[in-house]
Amino acid sequence: MTDTTFDRLGPRGWVTEKVFLGMPLGAYLRSLVTSGNLLVALILVPGIPAVVYRFVYGIGAVSNLTQANPWGLWIGLDVMSGVALAAGGFTIATLVHVLGLRDYQPIVRPAILTGFLGYLFVVIGLTADLGRPWNLPVPMVYSFGTGSVMFEVGWCVALYLTVLALEFSPAAFEWLGLRKLRAWALKLTLALTILGLCLSTLHQSSLGALFLMMPHRVHPLWYSGFVPIFFFVSAIAAGIAMVIVESALSHRAFAGRVAPGSHERLDRITLGLARAGALVLFAYFFLRLQGLVDSGRFDLLNTGYGYWFLFELIGFVLVPAVLFGLASRQRRARLARWVAGWTVIGIVVNRLNLSVITFNWNSPERYVPSATEILISVTIITIGVMTFRWIVNRMPVLADDPAFPPAH
Amino acid sequence: MDVSRRTFFKIAGVAGAAGIAGQPAKAEAASLAVSQAPAVLVDATRCIGCRGCEAACAEANGLPGPVAPGDEAVFEARRQTGVGAYTVVNRYAHPKAEEGYRFVKTQCMHCADPACASACLAKALEKTAAGPVVYHPDRCLGCRYCMVACQFDVPKFEFEKASPFVRKCSFCAERQAQGLPPACTSVCPTGALQFGRRGELLEEARTRIYQNPGTYVRHIYGEHEAGGTNWLYISDVPFDRMGFRTDLGTTSPPELTRTALAAVPVVLTLWPPLLMGLYTWTQRSRAAAAQSRSGAGAGHRQASRQGGEEASHD
Ligand code: SF4
Ligand code: SF4
Ligand code: SF4
Repeated sequence: MTDTTFDRLGPRGWVTEKVFLGMPLGAYLRSLVTSGNLLVALILVPGIPAVVYRFVYGIGAVSNLTQANPWGLWIGLDVMSGVALAAGGFTIATLVHVLGLRDYQPIVRPAILTGFLGYLFVVIGLTADLGRPWNLPVPMVYSFGTGSVMFEVGWCVALYLTVLALEFSPAAFEWLGLRKLRAWALKLTLALTILGLCLSTLHQSSLGALFLMMPHRVHPLWYSGFVPIFFFVSAIAAGIAMVIVESALSHRAFAGRVAPGSHERLDRITLGLARAGALVLFAYFFLRLQGLVDSGRFDLLNTGYGYWFLFELIGFVLVPAVLFGLASRQRRARLARWVAGWTVIGIVVNRLNLSVITFNWNSPERYVPSATEILISVTIITIGVMTFRWIVNRMPVLADDPAFPPAH
Repeated sequence: MDVSRRTFFKIAGVAGAAGIAGQPAKAEAASLAVSQAPAVLVDATRCIGCRGCEAACAEANGLPGPVAPGDEAVFEARRQTGVGAYTVVNRYAHPKAEEGYRFVKTQCMHCADPACASACLAKALEKTAAGPVVYHPDRCLGCRYCMVACQFDVPKFEFEKASPFVRKCSFCAERQAQGLPPACTSVCPTGALQFGRRGELLEEARTRIYQNPGTYVRHIYGEHEAGGTNWLYISDVPFDRMGFRTDLGTTSPPELTRTALAAVPVVLTLWPPLLMGLYTWTQRSRAAAAQSRSGAGAGHRQASRQGGEEASHD
């Protein structure tokens, strides 16, 4: 091992320094008793047994999924929404590494980490939804359903998860003090960024393409041959909005870990992202409008689903587009953050609209998730957030490690 | 700029490998001529609702026998196929009260270009060359995309099990391979189920419709629905009044996703060079900016060095 910290501290000292944040074990454990962790415990104490119960007794024992409604919250929230919200990784990496917008450099690592954990927990959530998750290697290793959109999604997600892990690895290597590996991983940056954008283009849109084969289930106002394009463009908006939200929350929650003076810098970044968000959301709005014109189903607008459709399109797309524009023009970072939060909710609503809320709209049997389904989703998201916190508290994510100055 | 060029080849190589893995296969259309495919003609005017087919299917597939055999009460509510019953017979009132009831057997339609098989990422559901759409349980991930993709709500899932499978009618593919007719058709006492070649059965259906003017609805359900199915229905009651979906259109569902799948190689071949171009361009303009700041001279060298740095900068 070329790790000088390790040589200096010895194994025990190393664990204390790197894992227990420099505290003796007792003090570290005491430091965990916080109101935030109490909330986490309140979720996990029933949540973990619920997950175990699901695997022992099957999906039917914990969910409201039926033969008529075989897809529910886990697909709509954990998978569809999770992937869209994890789009910040490829969006920001492309901005910085391909388009050379270095001002956004400080948010690359948090964005990549959010992306990586987002996808990781999408896959973990997926194993709860899959009836036979132990067969996940089948389409990867020997039975290729190449004519299936799901096959493409699966491959792209698996490859992109690997790309994200490699993209994040320099931070982990810095934490471990592995200089050679870090230098090697950094060399891959541009290649990984471009590969990440390719894979993201493919699977973000393919998640939408899954619905192309289901005009008999998706409500006509939401069904469109352009759904793959809607999904891709809105994923970019979701990624941008998620980065704004996540960086604002991180700066508050990890105030001690951010570099001095970075609040003003973050405001500038936020406003820049808000402008990009406005552009993307406007583009998305007009695309959706074109989808509506294309479907020609104006008659359906004057129905309950129609009002809900208009609410989504105007309330969650047009309004945030305008407000993002306003925020960036008037330089109101706070407003931009609220709009970003609203946008994130809007994209989740859109994914749920297609996969759950209006899905099977013409069938008499309606699906409402069970309490346990919600609990399992919340449990998985909670563990994801905790993992994020664990990493940010240890690795150089929000601020550079003084021992590893950035290359420029 | 040779650093960029090397990086480009690296990307192209990885992307190319991904492209091979994700390449959509040419649709595995049934290799058998459609008209030669094994098929069944269901004539609703001949079905007496004896449910012998349900019992035969249960026996052939090792399923629990049909519920309440011989009990008319099962017809009170419309039943669906399930994990324990791959076929069910339902009763519908004839629009003319004096005509009484009509019965319809449902099971997998064995589509010519099935949505379920094209949905399946592991080829657990597969359209065989012989015609039947069969299930390979050992490959299934339990994602249930096949269930939502099927327009006829056929695949059913063992939600109650910790190790669940998808269940559906196999068209008795194993019996057919041995030269036997499907179990259900072999026991039908009235000829309501006729097993044969699709082309011949379509002829037969047309003949019945023409030779009995005023009896049948002039439509063969399954001839064109969802791209065509190998179970065909004729009836004297409009199909929408007998539980059939009549809004499915004639496009085969996999057709709807082919354009999206065809975009995969396009994205993989166009994105990398495009992005490399953009990258080179942003590097150039940055270098130009630096040059105009620091005066002429070291400008170009600096540009190419910076290009290299950018690649190694996270
Ligand atoms: S009816 Fe459904 S399950 Fe049967 S072959 Fe067609 S798509 Fe597949
Ligand atoms: S549930 Fe099984 S058979 Fe159906 S699409 Fe998924 S892997 Fe294929
Ligand atoms: S073809 Fe075989 S599996 Fe299908 S309904 Fe008839 S008996 Fe059952």
